Formats: sequence, structure tokens, C-alpha cells
Amino acid sequence: MAHQERVPFDNPVIEWVDQRLPVFTMMAKEYGVFPSPRNFNYLWNFGALSLFVLVTMIVTGIVLAMQYTPHTSLAFDSVERIMRDVNWGWLIRYIHMNGASMFFIVVYIHIFRGLYYGSYKQPRELLWMLGVVILLLMMATAFMGYVLPWGQMSFWGATVITNLFSAVPLVGDTVVTWLWGGFSVDNPTLNRFFALHYLLPFVIFGVAFLHIAALHICGSNNPLGIEPKGPQDTIPFHPYYTSKDMFGMTIFLLFFAGMVFYAPNYLGHPDNYIPANPMVTPPHIVPEWYFLPFYAILRAVTFDIKIPFTDIIVISSKLGGVMAMFGAIVALLLLPFIDRSPVRSAVFRPIYKKLFWVFLLDCVVLTYVGGMPADAKVEWLKIQQYCDDKNVCSWGGLELQYIGKLAMLYYFGHFVILFFLPRYEKTLPLPQSIAAAVLGNKA
Amino acid sequence: MQKSRFPLAPTALMLALLAAPVAANEQLEPHAPNGGWKHSGITGTFDRAALQRGYQVYKEVCAACHSLRLLSYRNLTDIGFNEEQVKAIAAGYEVPAEPDDNGEIKMRKALPSDHFVKPFANEKAARAANNGALPPDLSLMVKARHGGEDYVYSLLTGYTTPPEDVKIMPGMNYNPYFPGGQIGMPAPLSEGAVTYADGTKATVDQMAHDVATFLTWAAEPKLEARKQTGLKVMIFLAVFAGIMYAVKRRVWSKLH
Repeated sequence: MAHQERVPFDNPVIEWVDQRLPVFTMMAKEYGVFPSPRNFNYLWNFGALSLFVLVTMIVTGIVLAMQYTPHTSLAFDSVERIMRDVNWGWLIRYIHMNGASMFFIVVYIHIFRGLYYGSYKQPRELLWMLGVVILLLMMATAFMGYVLPWGQMSFWGATVITNLFSAVPLVGDTVVTWLWGGFSVDNPTLNRFFALHYLLPFVIFGVAFLHIAALHICGSNNPLGIEPKGPQDTIPFHPYYTSKDMFGMTIFLLFFAGMVFYAPNYLGHPDNYIPANPMVTPPHIVPEWYFLPFYAILRAVTFDIKIPFTDIIVISSKLGGVMAMFGAIVALLLLPFIDRSPVRSAVFRPIYKKLFWVFLLDCVVLTYVGGMPADAKVEWLKIQQYCDDKNVCSWGGLELQYIGKLAMLYYFGHFVILFFLPRYEKTLPLPQSIAAAVLGNKA
Repeated sequence: MQKSRFPLAPTALMLALLAAPVAANEQLEPHAPNGGWKHSGITGTFDRAALQRGYQVYKEVCAACHSLRLLSYRNLTDIGFNEEQVKAIAAGYEVPAEPDDNGEIKMRKALPSDHFVKPFANEKAARAANNGALPPDLSLMVKARHGGEDYVYSLLTGYTTPPEDVKIMPGMNYNPYFPGGQIGMPAPLSEGAVTYADGTKATVDQMAHDVATFLTWAAEPKLEARKQTGLKVMIFLAVFAGIMYAVKRRVWSKLH
């Protein structure tokens, strides 16, 4: 490894350590002077916030694991014991429970910021893809964590989601039995979910480290989406962005604490305070809010794909749904290679700027549809005819599933449009430099 | 000076769409009693007198069928009973003792450390005594239903004669707050079902209010600690946010 000139530290102890292991030099380089574009807005806080929530989840999770019992007959009551008898257990548990939602809120904002300002584009493709891997790992972790309290939604959510793997051709059922460790979701399932729920956050931590390492190779993107051209375009990370992050973090904590202390169960489902019962299916099984857009995509595929003019099913509706759901993530993963426009920031891409908001709206619609029962209707949109056995027909609300299907199609359509868009989009002229854009004539 | 801004209007529109009307439901929306709940709001604390009256309603009415398995008698000190009173309450119940020297299990008086004694030995016994229906455990009832304590209150006060077009199945009772409108439990509260020691008139409305308060405490015994800690945390964070904002302004003033 090539050694750069090391600046000695005044403190003799730090200097002694640094000569032998230059961690302090590294810290100073990566978090002290690390040159960052001078024009970040507050959306650039959310990466640091994600890391903060990850650490919070790991710390509270380890403490909870000391009191939790992963056994079907004890899990529910051990959580209630934490809530009632363990000192401050209610606080740790509510932080962990709401922390999962906070993690997704923060990460989704982080992702949409990346989409708006083109942070996924060359040379940050791998940085982006590592981020999508983190999202996938977060989903797996959150799903397994939700199973641990062993309430009704835990059990039935686990049953529905693990059953998806039975859609895999030929080996599906075998895979599901293998995942369960038995012939239904039961104690072995709970046990392995607990083991994996403890393991995966550390895997996330590792991938997050790579994500940050990759960031420090190519540097941060910025709202203008143009590379810094010299020292006049950048400022040291400390104290400028450390102070800005600290302020943003405090505002975020106000929101987080507000949820924990005043609406701790608002984002949860009441059914999960009923102990798991394999004999009673809840009337309406819904995943946690952060899975709803993907759940809507899964449910939007209700048709088999057949070879035309025959009855031979190529892709069953179940497999199609699973493929669409994972495809939604794969599309995000491949985005750097789909959108080839050389201009990063939506600020200078008039058409993409509009498409971004339509895409965001589409995701909100998917979230809404995913949270509603499969047979829900839009009552104020009376454009669908319903007929009874005697052929008496009347106008009723449009079935929500059609809106879900449209929204699913648009989700994928967005990526198709992005593929062709650069050929037709006239981008606006980019500013000379970040400094010129930010400081105007003063630069 | 050029500056990129994140448009807020589309975000607001999306949030508005989220609040779009939901499919109509036959079930009535639960509502709070007149005067609301003393324990709601940012600084809410439990109405101690209502908690004790609510415990009396639970003990004398609900406990005939419904267990409260996550609570111990010792927990009753939280709602204002002193240790002697709790010992006396516990002593009113019998639990199986440890096996004696001959291996026989005799009954002993319950201690404050014992869990609330259940009305039925097991699920089968509970169903057998209730026309096949299972009276659910009430420990977490308030957190396990949409509407929370409003639901419990509305359900208990919501028994009424069914509309003409509703056919009630044998052994069932009409209650528009219950999913499906037909509930196995007959109206449990009637005027004067209990005699309150503090002289409060035991109307159905009063008893429903009291027992719903009691069950809110049973489901969330740390509610007061949570709200009080929350207030301190929020005040601290608000002040800290102000300081951090000043720091940030100060640091960045060198650049602007």
C-alpha cells in the first residue's frame, strides 16, 4: 500500500497509535477534510440518518434478544414480559418496533433522492447497486423480525410470504418445506427466523460499509448532478456537513420520539396483539406498510400466462406475481444501465422531472392498493356494472384491483420510458461549476 | 443565484390521495364516551378512581368468563391499591400449590405474585360453558382491536334491538359495533350491576367507561411513564434542535 505523507498529531498517544495503525489519519481523511460538494440540500442527510437508525436497531435488538424467547409457546408472552416487567423494556421494544418503520422511511427518502438527482449514474452504478442490495436485506430482516412476537399477523404473514416460494417451478414445495423446517410455519421456523434476524443486520452493516467505501471513492453526487471541478466547488465534510447532519438528525429524532412516545402502535396492526393461532385466519392479512407497494405488485398479477390459443400455462398467476415483485427490485438494481442520459439531475431534465413525480405518485398508489382488501372497490367511482343471478344490473364502484394493475404496469413502464427517454429529451444547459451556480457572480 | 428546490405541492397532493374514501362498512365506527378519556393526549394520566371502579366491574362481571392472564395481583398496586389490599384481593382466590412431601397438589390462597386466576381451566371448558363460543382473554384487548378503548366502550354500550332486516342467529346478540353485527356475548352490563364503594352511580355508560379505562391500563400499564418520559424527551430534543440550528448557522456563516 502506498503511504502518503502523514501529518503528525499533537497528542502523543494518538500519534503513537497512528504511526503504527493510521486509523486517525484515515478518520481525518474520510470524515474530516473529505471534500464534499458545497451545495447539498437537506435530502443529503438521509444517508447518515440510515446509518444512525441501523446502529439504533442493532443496539436495541441485542438488548431485546437478552429477554426474548424464540419458542412458539413462549415468544408472545416473553415480548409482553419485556413490555410489562423488564425495566424500560417498553421503551426499548417500542424504539425497535418503530425503528423498523423509521429505517424504511429514511431509506425510501434516500432512494428517491438518488432517483431525482441521478445519483445512480456513472460512476456511481456500483454504489447504487450496493444500496439496492441493502434494501433487499432490510426487507428480509424486517419480515423475519415481524414474525418474532408470534402474534396473528406474525404467523399469517410468515405463512403467506413463505408460501410464495412454492411458486418456483418443480422444486417449489420442497423449498417451502425446507424454509419452514417442517410442514407448516412452526417452532423450527420461528427459531431460524430469530437466528437470521440476529445475523442479517450485521450483513447489512457490512454491505453498508462497502456502500460508504464506494461513496468515498467517487465522492457524493449533489443537487446539480455535476462533478466538482476544483477546491472552490467543495467544502470539508467537517464541520460543515457534520453540523448540518446533526441538525437534521435532531429534527428526525423529534419525529421518531413522537412516534415512540405518543403513537407507538400507529404503524402496527392490532391483530399482532393476538397470540398466533394456526386455526384462526385473520379476515384481512396485510404486511407492514413498507411492503405494501411490493405486495400490491404481487397481487396485481391475477392471470395465468398461457401459450396463445392453447391451455398450456407457461407462468401461473402465482409465479407471475412473485416474478413481478422481485422484478420490481431488479428494475431498481439495473436502473444505472437502463437510464443512459448523460445528465444526472432532474433539475436539468424537464421531462424526467415530471416522470419522477408520476413515478412517486405511482408508488403511493401501489402502497394504498396494497393496504386494501383484494376485493375493495372505489365507491365514488361508479363506472362498473354489477349483475346479480337474475341479470339485474346496477352501477357500482370500480374494483380497486384494476387501479392496482394499472399502477403495477406503470411501475415497470417507467423504466421502459427511461430507457428510451434520452433520445427525445432536450436537457437544459448545465452550469459551469457548482461554485458558479451557488455563488453566482461572487465566484 | 440559482437554486434547486424540491417541489412540495405534488407531495401534498399524494398525501391527500392517501386519505381517499374507504369502502363503506356496515360496522359502526367506535366512539369515545362523552368527555373523552382522561388518559388520552400528550400529558394524559389514568383516572385512578375509574381504574379501581373498572377493576371492580371486571372482577364482578367480566371475570366470570374472561381471563386477564398477563396480569398479576401485584400489578394492582399500580392503580392505587396498597399492599395490604392487594394481599387481601389475592387471598380471595385459590391456586394449585407446589406438590407436598407426598407428591399431592393441594390448593393454596393466591399471593400478590400470582397471575390472575382464570375463570376456566382450558379452552374446551370455556367453550362448553359458553355455547361453543370462546370468551377472549382481555389482557391486550384494547391494543388488539381497531379503535382501542373506544371500541371496548362502544361495544359495551352498543347493544340495541336489531333492525327489521337483520336476522339474528340463535344464541347470538345484535351489536352494530361488532364485526358482522352478531356477538355471542349477551349485553354484560345492566343498570346497577355493581355497587360502587365511592357512591358513583353504576349506569351502563359509567361502568363501560370505567372498565374500558381499566382494560386500557391492563393492556398498556406503562402508558403514564411513556407519556411523561416522552414529554421530557421532546422538550430536550426541541431545545437541542435549536442549539444545533444555531451551530449550523454559525459554522456556515463562514461560507456565505
